[in-house]
Amino acid sequence: MLNVLEYLQKCSAGGLLPWAAQLEAVERLGLSHAAVEEFALANGLLPARYQRNRNMISVAEQLQLFRSRIAVIGCGGLGGYIIEELARLGVGQIVAVDPDKFEEHNLNRQLLSTPANLGRAKVAAALDRVNEVNPAVKLIPVRTFFRAANGRELLQGVTVAVDALDSIACRLELAETCAGMDIPMVHGAIGGWYGHVATQLPGDTTVQSIYRNWVQGEGIEKDLGNPAFTPAVVASLQVAEVCKIVLGRGELLRRRKLSIDLLDMEMHEISYHAPAEVIHFPTREIEHERAAG
Amino acid sequence: MIWKPMNITVKLFATFRNGRFKVARQEHPQGTSCRTIMLGLGLSEDEIGVVLVNGRHVPLDQVLHDGDTLALFPLVGGG
Repeated sequence: MLNVLEYLQKCSAGGLLPWAAQLEAVERLGLSHAAVEEFALANGLLPARYQRNRNMISVAEQLQLFRSRIAVIGCGGLGGYIIEELARLGVGQIVAVDPDKFEEHNLNRQLLSTPANLGRAKVAAALDRVNEVNPAVKLIPVRTFFRAANGRELLQGVTVAVDALDSIACRLELAETCAGMDIPMVHGAIGGWYGHVATQLPGDTTVQSIYRNWVQGEGIEKDLGNPAFTPAVVASLQVAEVCKIVLGRGELLRRRKLSIDLLDMEMHEISYHAPAEVIHFPTREIEHERAAG
Repeated sequence: MIWKPMNITVKLFATFRNGRFKVARQEHPQGTSCRTIMLGLGLSEDEIGVVLVNGRHVPLDQVLHDGDTLALFPLVGGG
């Protein structure tokens, strides 16, 4: 029986483990892709697919990413790009949650949608895509609506939750579930040429503050729809935030919202700092009902 | 005492600019609230995402003062 570490070291050059060697280890040693990748990273070997990460993400950090479990709530416009980027980044586990099937009107923007996929569950397409792009990544498809009632179960063991939902009501339920479980949440929302991103750590109430004037219904997306590029922009900003939360690096979009206008090409930062100074506005009955739970 | 209108700078963002403006200086009577200006622009409360006066979040009923800057952003919630 060949020693796995010796084998992987023998196949590596300059600390990089080529894909062909990973594949051979899987076939000859009967290991999973995930097991080979974790074993390599834990022993200081970087799978060569990540070599362009090397000067910004160390091998130890790549292992941290691999050992993280990220929940992507919604697999549509934002979610498709988020899942693609997380898989290429090398996040070890992705929990993908969405109840829907692909429909023709998704084709203008949703990365996982293709004419051949129409009628297929979005989470099933996500599973196929991730297996194709990075077989070391485990995607857990969950074909259901995210609601407060099933939220705790869906977010079990999750490092970060990414909001790729298309409903403000569900977002607020996600924010509350994350708060109750001490899980960081990266919020993103889009509509037409516009979108925004914010990161909420346990104890923060940024997402609730963002929608403090909301009573019911949808935002500008209802009339504008969404084009090909807006979800890609906002999803990428969200994944950068996820990466930084997992690695504990950089400056997060915490207690601030980055508001993006791709038509006039403007970005605005809106502060949600100093929550004590925010004047609360629960004057409408529905707000009272919501607060009362 | 001579009645003097307030000067308010109104900044609009995203779709609120359509058919309106990005920024405008307006004169309003003393005691005007954010809601009055919003309604005067033909906007309704359920379209509003963010209301800022001088960079701080305020309720729509907030009364403005001379020299204030009011910023209005629409609600965005798609994915």
